[in-house]
This record gives sequence, structure tokens and C-alpha cells, in this order.
Amino acid sequence: MNGEKRKHKINFIAPGLILAGVIFLMAGIWRGEAYTVFMKAVNICLECIGVG
Amino acid sequence: MMKTFLSRIRHHRRITTQVLFTALTNGYVKGFAEGSIYKGSSKALCVPGLNCYSCPGAFGSCPIGAMQATLGSQRYQFAFYITGFLMVIGAALGRFVCGWLCPFGLIQDLLHKIPFLRKLRKLPGDGLLRFLKYIMLGLLVILLPMVVVDMVGQGKPWFCEYVCPSGTLMAGIPLVASNEGLRAVVGWLFTWKVLILAVIVILSIVVYRPFCRYICPLGAVYGLFNPIALYRYSVDEEKCISCGKCQKACGFDIKTYETPNSPECIRCGKCKTACPANAICSGFTGFRTGAANHRCPDADETILKENINQ
Repeated sequence: MNGEKRKHKINFIAPGLILAGVIFLMAGIWRGEAYTVFMKAVNICLECIGVG
Repeated sequence: MMKTFLSRIRHHRRITTQVLFTALTNGYVKGFAEGSIYKGSSKALCVPGLNCYSCPGAFGSCPIGAMQATLGSQRYQFAFYITGFLMVIGAALGRFVCGWLCPFGLIQDLLHKIPFLRKLRKLPGDGLLRFLKYIMLGLLVILLPMVVVDMVGQGKPWFCEYVCPSGTLMAGIPLVASNEGLRAVVGWLFTWKVLILAVIVILSIVVYRPFCRYICPLGAVYGLFNPIALYRYSVDEEKCISCGKCQKACGFDIKTYETPNSPECIRCGKCKTACPANAICSGFTGFRTGAANHRCPDADETILKENINQ
């Protein structure tokens, strides 16, 4: 290393995306999308299993 | 004896994690016995891996199935809930999910352990075939469920219905086997899906993880996050001797010394173990990036010597 300082770029992209993701998640819950997912998931999805 | 057991678990920590996570998220045993599915409130939450919500044991929902269910609904033109979920998991972990937490990944790993006359590094046309997963994502998961709708404006889960072998294996076959009512309505579609599953099973013995490599739309999403995810691989350029042992050890044939955060990498860690110079390391780097400047901590001298002698 010869005493050389290692340089690191600052990664703002991942934390920014996580923050945006959390906002999206909350917006989705507020719009009722989580309920749509729940209703789909608690009934056997005939198309998903190749029957419907 | 306990020490040996714990040491074995440490040595096989990836498969141990895969098995435990699969058991934890698919532990509704009553569903398998009765040919039914879990109906509790945890089904509103997604699991990170490809895990069909119609699997009798599933406690959570599959992100890809949930994405199609939301986009196919006449109420929504955009899936905020699932997109947000994929952004959080993708930006934090990238394809670590594929290597450590996906049940269908575990199944392919186990299948690849079956001995075969001649294992292949990749399929012919590998370069082009790798784009197939992006087509699956764009066309079957996003576009068609939104655009092709019935009289009431409801779209179909195209990927689940016509392709997903994970759904066939984890949900279709167990449900059809244990539910007489479903057995009575099985038709050509089920046969088609079993055929796809059979092809994937056979290919998994010959090639490492063909479904993840060429077809999985969830892997395609997480792969896009790999280069920027908080969990990342780094190569210490001062230690790396460019011997290519990492690429030889990699089931996906990735040149880890050049692209440690390739969108194809599932973070299995074989490259790290194979590196004779301990030049590859991984972890949550937080706000730091810049793989070229990263320095891996020095490993135990004896481990390095063993690696070099191999």
C-alpha cells in the first residue's frame, strides 16, 4: 500500500433505491395492492398450477 | 461430536441456509396432507425467492406471481407494492437471494449434484439464451398481463400459467396429487407444464442452474441490482494474480476477477473459496463502492497454501 490512502466512491444509489422502495411499498399498501396480492394468494391459483 | 456437527454446518452454510429458509417459508405441513393452501395474513407479504403462493406449504407470496396479479387487476396500471419490495431486496442483496434464499435454486443445486457422464459449462448459444430471462420479465410478467385482458379487464398471469416450472413442482404436482377435485380437471396445460419441468430437471443435472441462468424473471430483476447492491463482491487488485481459478470454479462461468458484481452472479461464493490469493471478498460495504480500490483482509496462511497447492 506504501501508505497510500485508498479511495472509495460514495454509493448513494443503493440506499436511495431502498428509500424509494420503502415509499413505493407504502404507496402500494395505501392503494390496496397488498390486499389484492393477499386475495390472490389465499385461493389456489388454478392458472399458476397449470390447471385453469 | 457437537463440535464436528457445528463445523460441518459452517462448512456447508449455504446449503444449510437454503434448506432452513425453504423449510421456514414452506412449513405449512397441513397443506401438503390435505391438498389445500395456507390462508393466513402472512400471504400478503412476499418472500424474496421464486416461491409459488399456491404451494401447499407456503406462508408467503411469490413476487413474480404477485406482480402479475397486481398488473393483471383492472384496478392498477402500476404495481407499487411489488416494485417497492423488489427495489428494497434488490438494492440490499442483489442476486444473493438466488444463491442463498430461493427454494427452486436449492432444488437445481441438488439436481446438479447427481453424477452425469459429461457435465456442460453452458448450453450452446449461452450468450443469447441469457437474454431470454429479460424477455420473460418484460413480456410474460409485465406486458401481457397488463395488455391482454378479458371482458372485465382482468389479465392473466402469463409466466405462471405457461412457463413457471417452480409453480408446477412446488404447487401443481403436490396439489394435483393430493386433491381429487383438481385431478378431475387436469388437461393439456398441466401436461405442458410438467413437460417444461421435466426439461428443466434434466438440464439441471447437466448444466448448473439452467432456469436461473436463462429463464427466471426474478433473477433478471435482482441481477440488474447486482452492480450497485449493498451486498457486493470486491477484488483486491494488489493480490489478484488473474489465474482464472475463480472463473473455473464459477457455475455461471463468470470472470469474477474482471466483473465481481456481474448481473449473472448468484453470490454462491465458490470463486472466493477457489481464489489462491484470497483476492475476492464480500460483504455489506454500506455507502462505499469502487471494487478496484478495495482491499481484502488477509486470510490464514495455511488456507492460502492449501488453495495454491490445489
